[in-house]
Amino acid sequence: MNLHAISAIYRFEMARAGRTLLQSIVSPVISTSLYFVVFGAAIGPRMAEIDGVSYGAFLVPGLIMLTLLTHSISNASFGIYFPRFVGTIYEVLSAPVSPMEIVVSYVGAAATKSIILGLIILATAALFVPLRVEHPFWMLAFLVLTAVTFSLLGFVIGIWADNFEKLQLVPLLIVTPLTFLGGSFYSIDMLPPFWRAVSLFNPVVYLVSGFRWSFYGISDVNIAVSVAMTLAFLVLCLAVVSWIFRTGYRLKT
Amino acid sequence: MPTIHGHDAAVAEAEPDAASGKPEKTVETARADAILPRMQPILSITNLSKTYASGFEALKGIDLEIRRGEIFALLGPNGAGKTTLISIVCGLVTPSTGTVRVDGHDIIADYRAARSIIGLVPQELTTDSFETVWATVSFSRGLFGKPANPAYIEKVLKDLSLWDKRNAKIMTLSGGMKRRVLIAKALAHEPRLLFLDEPTAGVDVELRRDMWNVVRTLRDTGVTVILTTHYIEEAEEMADRIGVINRGELVLVEEKDELMRKLGRKELTLHLQVPLEALPPGLDGYALQLSEDGTELTYVYDTQGERTGITTLLQDLSGAGIRFRDLQTRQSSLEEIFVSLVRNAR
Repeated sequence: MNLHAISAIYRFEMARAGRTLLQSIVSPVISTSLYFVVFGAAIGPRMAEIDGVSYGAFLVPGLIMLTLLTHSISNASFGIYFPRFVGTIYEVLSAPVSPMEIVVSYVGAAATKSIILGLIILATAALFVPLRVEHPFWMLAFLVLTAVTFSLLGFVIGIWADNFEKLQLVPLLIVTPLTFLGGSFYSIDMLPPFWRAVSLFNPVVYLVSGFRWSFYGISDVNIAVSVAMTLAFLVLCLAVVSWIFRTGYRLKT
Repeated sequence: MPTIHGHDAAVAEAEPDAASGKPEKTVETARADAILPRMQPILSITNLSKTYASGFEALKGIDLEIRRGEIFALLGPNGAGKTTLISIVCGLVTPSTGTVRVDGHDIIADYRAARSIIGLVPQELTTDSFETVWATVSFSRGLFGKPANPAYIEKVLKDLSLWDKRNAKIMTLSGGMKRRVLIAKALAHEPRLLFLDEPTAGVDVELRRDMWNVVRTLRDTGVTVILTTHYIEEAEEMADRIGVINRGELVLVEEKDELMRKLGRKELTLHLQVPLEALPPGLDGYALQLSEDGTELTYVYDTQGERTGITTLLQDLSGAGIRFRDLQTRQSSLEEIFVSLVRNAR
C-alpha cells in the first residue's frame, strides 16, 4: 500500500478546494440559504405540515442531499478530468500507485469536501428552522455513503468525459432532474399514484427518504430498502471504476 | 555541428599505425566498458511491440538493454516511436507484446518496484499551474511512495536553480523554468533511471547548455539517463551510446564514439601559403578539391580505411613545392550519419 501517494493526492485535492473556497463552500451555502428563504420562509408557511413536520424543516434533508449529490459529482469529476485535460495525469499513471489507491485518494478527497459542505449547510439550516436529528448515526451514515457513492459516480464521469461539455452534461441532464424529482422538496406520497410508481425507479428517492428518516423518523420508503439501494448504487459505481482500470478506458492506450 | 580537432590530434590520427588507435575514446568510457558488462542492465527490453487500436504499428519487436550509469540517446524522426517506447516503460501505454524489466523488475507484474526506480520528464510542459514549485515537487515525492524529505527537495531545487522560485506559482514561470520544474518533479523520489523526452525542445540555446550540464551532473551521481531527441547536436554532445529508431524499429545501437568513427568520414583542409591556380598533375590520385580562390585544399578520407593516405599526401605536397600555413580536420557530424541511416532504411 502506497500510503504516501494516497496522502499526497488527497492533500493535493484538499488544497485545491482551499484555493477555490468561494466556489466550493461559499457559493453552495448562499444558494442553499436562498432555497430556505424562498421555499422555507416565503412559501413554507402556506404549506401544510408533512407528517407533523413543518415544511421548512422538511426541506432541510432534501436540500442537503441536493447539494451533496451535485457537489460530490462536480468535485470528483473535475478532480480527475482536469489532470487528464492539462496532461498532468501522466505523473499519477506512471507512479507506483494501484488503481485502488488512486480511487481512494481522489474519491476520498471529493467525499470529504462534500461531507464538510453537508455539515456546513446543516448548520446554516439550523439558523432558519428548528431542527431535530432522531438518528444521528444514520444521518452521518447516509451522509458518508451518499458522498462516497456520488463521488465515485463523479470520478467515472470525469474519466468518461473528453470535453468540458460532457463534464457538465450528466450532472445537468440526469442528476439535477433526478434530484428535483426525487422528493427533495416534497414527499412522493403527494404525487398521483402513477408518478409515485415512476419515482420508485429514481435512486435519489431512496437517498432523500432515508436521510429524512434519520432526521424526523418519517420516510417515503422503508429505511432498509433505502440503505440497500444506496449500497447497491455504491457497488455499481465500484464495478464501473474497476472496469475502467482493468481496461485502461480513456486512461491508457 | 562539426567537430574540430586540434592539430596534434589530427596528426596523431593521421598516422595509420599509431598505437592509440581510438583517440576519441576517453579514459572514462574505457573504464566503464570494463566494469559495466558484468552488471545487470538497468533496463532490459525484449521483443517489444505496440500496435495502437487504429492499427498503427508504433513499435516492431524492439530489443534494447541500457547499461547502468550511461547516458543513452534515442534518436529518431518525428513519429518514429520514441515516445511510445518511453511511455510503455513508464506505464502510460500498454505493450502489445514483449517484456520490459527495470532493474530486474517486470513493469507489469512488479510495477511498484519498477516504477519507483523511474523518473519521467515528459515532452509536453504539463504542470499544475496553480501550485507552487515547492508543493508540486513535494507532491511528486509522495506520489512515488517516499516519505517527505525537505532537505532533499531543497537540494534538487537548488541544483536546478529553482530555489528562488520555490514559492512561485508555476503559471508565473517561463517555459524554461517549467521544464526545470518537470525535471525536479521527476527527480523528487530519487530515481535511478531518468527518462527525458525531448528535454530541450523549444528551449533557447543557453538554457539547452544548462540542461546538458544538469544531465551530466545527474550521471555523475549514478543516475542512468535515457533521452530522446531529434537534435543530433544534443546526442553528439551528451550521449555515451546512441540508438537510432525509425518507423518503430531500432536501426542501430552503438557507442557514440564508435558510431562516429565507423560511419564518420573526415575532411582534411589545408590552408595554403600561396594560392594555386590548378592542382599539380602529380596529385591526381588524391581526389583533392581546390577552393575557388585557390587558397584551400580539401582531402576526404575514411577513418576506418587501412591507410588514410595522409602521410603520403603531405609528402607529395611538399615534393610539389606546395607549402601550407595551417591544417584542420573535420569529422562528419552525427546529423550526416543519421540522415544517411534513416534514408537507407526507407
